[in-house]
Amino acid sequence: MSLVDWIVLLGTMVGIAAYGTWRTRHTSTLNTYLKGNHSTKWGTIGLSVMATQASTITYLSLPGQAYENGIAFVQNYFGLPLALILVCAVFLPIYRKLGVYTAYEYLGQRFDQKTRLLGAGLFLVQRGLQCGITIYAPAIILSTVFGWRLDLTIIFTGLLAVIYTVTGGSAAVNLTQKWQMAVIFGGMITAFIVLLAKLPSDATRIAGAMGKLQAVDFTPDLKLRYTFWSGLLGGFFLSLSYFGTDQSQVQRYIGGAALREGRLGLMFNAVFKIPMQFFIVMLGALLFVFYQFQPNTPVIFNQPAWQRQVQGPQGETFRALEQRHAVLHADKQAKIRAWVVAEKSGDPSAEAAARRSMLAAQAASNAVRQEARDALYQASPDARKTRDSDFVFMNFILTQLPHGAIGLLIAVMFASALSSKAGELNALGTTSTIDLWRHFRPLAADDEPRNVRNAKWFTAFWGLFAIGFALFVSFAENLIEALNIVASIFYPALLGVFIVAFFFRKVGGSAVFWAAIGAQAVVLAIFFIGKANPEHEIGYLWLNPIGCAACVLFSLGLQAWLPPAGPRASTA
Amino acid sequence: MPTPEPDRDSPGVPGFRTWRGVYLFVFGCFLAVVLALAIFTHVFA
Repeated sequence: MSLVDWIVLLGTMVGIAAYGTWRTRHTSTLNTYLKGNHSTKWGTIGLSVMATQASTITYLSLPGQAYENGIAFVQNYFGLPLALILVCAVFLPIYRKLGVYTAYEYLGQRFDQKTRLLGAGLFLVQRGLQCGITIYAPAIILSTVFGWRLDLTIIFTGLLAVIYTVTGGSAAVNLTQKWQMAVIFGGMITAFIVLLAKLPSDATRIAGAMGKLQAVDFTPDLKLRYTFWSGLLGGFFLSLSYFGTDQSQVQRYIGGAALREGRLGLMFNAVFKIPMQFFIVMLGALLFVFYQFQPNTPVIFNQPAWQRQVQGPQGETFRALEQRHAVLHADKQAKIRAWVVAEKSGDPSAEAAARRSMLAAQAASNAVRQEARDALYQASPDARKTRDSDFVFMNFILTQLPHGAIGLLIAVMFASALSSKAGELNALGTTSTIDLWRHFRPLAADDEPRNVRNAKWFTAFWGLFAIGFALFVSFAENLIEALNIVASIFYPALLGVFIVAFFFRKVGGSAVFWAAIGAQAVVLAIFFIGKANPEHEIGYLWLNPIGCAACVLFSLGLQAWLPPAGPRASTA
Repeated sequence: MPTPEPDRDSPGVPGFRTWRGVYLFVFGCFLAVVLALAIFTHVFA
């Protein structure tokens, strides 16, 4: 990176964090600290919801995922607009009506305190883990690429978010997220424009012919990770859990100036989320085409790790792999050009033959890349901590963008890390204060300054927990999938509890409490049996409807055996 | 506890008198996007 890149990067990151800290430095009441200042408009809420959901992993890992596997991942979001409509119509008015700080407070009012603690506990466990992944993801990529120390990168990113989140609370998070989203949009559009300028005119047709543009797949197969059906049904339940019951999102929209502001903020996401994700996966698919025509496309995109081996004692083996890949890559280029000519000729049999030949060349090239990955992992086990696809977009940024734009794109990565982490920390601190501290110390509930102080301490604690987790973690999955898998394991039972709360008035606290524990056990059993027997593994999105349905059915079954629930506060 | 807000308040969006209208519009956008993606897949994949 040049001096210009560093100025853009540090100016953007530290400038936004300092601005957020300064603007919200006088936050003193618990309500303002946890919910914002009740003047937040729908635009800010909409961007804040979007920023909390889309972490660095979205911008860094998703293009790489599309590069390797095509754009089918976009189906993951098909259930999101429908879930947001339900949240707007049912969940949000109840939260606003009851004036709760957290979604789990509502469970305490609707059921009992043990169910509230269970909900808060499930949230704290899964969001605490995800917060660690959120901070680890950009750090591992950026430290590898730039040669920075991983531990220092994690600590710097983590502490920056902790400082302004602790200082200004929810208001600071909303304020900074708005500006961070502006940086993210600006950076991603810049990268897309540069990429388009470098692509051949047949780019979309080539990507399609090579199997990268299957956006919708109607195959009814439970084992396929991304299909229309898993996206619609599994994605619906995953989104409903996330937006309706996860405090990191609930906190973003319950503090609006009015009910209308929260609703419009969510509807903004319902309309623009799928197009935005499509834009990001298309970036990955087009990167694939771009690299097909580059003479020096690397066999491995994690170049720092690869180059260490090339120059190491086993260098001859790695250089041989590079040469084999270069030969196959040149052959593939020729086959792609031949397919373009055949496709334009209008002769279907010539086109089919050229396509078969092109795909065979692609398979041969992929086989060598796999061989290279295996060799790299064997020689350097540390390289297993990342997936090579996570380095594709970063490689493009560093080798193809002009100076200044490189700094802007690295700022995108940090801005997205900070914005999602800040939203998560804010929610973790709030839930710890409201659902744990105030529950176990009810006499302190009216001591406003003490509660604010405790909320700040809890936020700082979770920030340090996330930093600690990030320092010791490693993942075998693509990073964005790791996030969704953790969510799909812990969300379904929690969503089931809320579904019962909203729609099954006769079910009481004890029934839903034990049902949630049973449903969580079912989800864990399905997940681990699938991991032990891959032939029986189902796509992880299906865990969401299965776990939620199990919780609802167990609740109804148990309630039939238990005494009728006592009268509780009416909520709807 | 704050004063409860009217659930049936106007969305305040030009062209929409009720929230049901807003939800139907968003649902329509969703259908249009999925249809567009299905056509995109049919044409290019």
